[in-house]
Amino acid sequence: MKKLAFLILIFLLPDVHAGEVRVAVAANFLATLKALAPEYEAQSGHKLIISGASSGKLYAHILNGAPYDVLLSADKFYPEKLVEVDKAVANSRFTYAVGRLVLWSRDKQPIDRARLSDPDIKRIAIANTRTAPYGTAAQHVLQKIGLWSTLKDKLVRGESIGQTFQFVASGNAQLGFIALSQVLNPKNHFNRTSYWLVPQDHYPLLEQEAVLLTYGKNNPNARNFLEFLKSDVVRDAIRQYGYL
Amino acid sequence: MDLLSPVVLTLKLAAVTTLILLLISTPLAWWLAHSKSKWAAIVETLVALPLVLPPTVLGFYLLIVLGANGVIGGPWADLTGSALTFTFSGLVIASVIYSLPFVVQPLQNSFVAVGRKPLEVALLLRASRLDAFFSVILPLSMRGYITAAVLGFTHTMGEFGVVLMVGGSIPGETQVLSIAIYEHVEVLDYGAAHVLSAGLLIFTFIVLLMVYVINRRFPTNAH
Repeated sequence: MKKLAFLILIFLLPDVHAGEVRVAVAANFLATLKALAPEYEAQSGHKLIISGASSGKLYAHILNGAPYDVLLSADKFYPEKLVEVDKAVANSRFTYAVGRLVLWSRDKQPIDRARLSDPDIKRIAIANTRTAPYGTAAQHVLQKIGLWSTLKDKLVRGESIGQTFQFVASGNAQLGFIALSQVLNPKNHFNRTSYWLVPQDHYPLLEQEAVLLTYGKNNPNARNFLEFLKSDVVRDAIRQYGYL
Repeated sequence: MDLLSPVVLTLKLAAVTTLILLLISTPLAWWLAHSKSKWAAIVETLVALPLVLPPTVLGFYLLIVLGANGVIGGPWADLTGSALTFTFSGLVIASVIYSLPFVVQPLQNSFVAVGRKPLEVALLLRASRLDAFFSVILPLSMRGYITAAVLGFTHTMGEFGVVLMVGGSIPGETQVLSIAIYEHVEVLDYGAAHVLSAGLLIFTFIVLLMVYVINRRFPTNAH
């Protein structure tokens, strides 16, 4: 009898641990979320299932029925859109991080906006301006300082901000507009010290919004995870990763 | 553990896909090898399409067909409550289409090489069709089967573009090796990317090497 009870218990166990939250996360926040995940999992006992891509791609996936509980977008636009089509819960939106755009190069010499006009610069990487909010921000900056049309032919587009970083880190582009969080990522072994922090008034605020998706509406762990993101300790940690 | 999950998932996907492919490709390849129908050329072309089409084209249409409103995904959603996109079952269907030519073509080639004669002789000796196939054709086509199974398996393991579009990178469900590697590179985790990439490289090399070694021991099917 004892053996049988034990067996039954084993079969029941997976259900006891079934608590999980499926998070779709914008590429710029992927590394930060992965760093925060162990803390959340230890605190709540729930597992985070993380899927990272550019916000636009995640948006398309969610429209097509991808089973995610929560979206951590790189902007406000996609969460808003998802609420409009009933794929997300209206009053669950909030800003979990404000992103900061930097101009970055792999070599460690000091860098400022003047480098953009350096004739030695052959390629400048920016994220896709249609699907990655950091790409749109970079376009704003170049238009604001009047270099968009002159530099247009030098621009190479990464599919997400993650790939944009790759273009620069691999030396295929000499400069790139990426997220400060990527530069500060401890796994960035190239150059974490010199970059041009683009002034905040050069581009619209990169308010990154989290939203509860309709798929996760009945998952209490999803709401619990969103509360975790709002906690002071986590907000401080997020700031240390390069967000406002 | 985190590193192991995409490996296990990928092996599972490749195994299931290869099994299904061997089952459906056998009659298909046999028909293509011996049919004189004018439709044979059209079917042969359809089978070969995934070889040359960009995976994004395949992924795009699969997203539509397998989605909640799609021709296949719709009825499936009515039955099961969820669409086929972003699920393991959806990946299996996508992989079967994607890897079809890699299994059909080697089988077709070996069936052509075996020819109709052995089958006709077996039938004359009053073997049933099924018996004739398993006792005569199958052993004679062993090289083709080994090549087909291995190509189908390894090709499915390396799938990227289609999975990127219909998979959604869900760990443990749709995040296969190639996607996991891509994500590790995106977050600068080169250590993990190296482990998985080198593992896949070595595994594929060993499997292919084994095939070529084994194949040398089987008679060529020209005899």
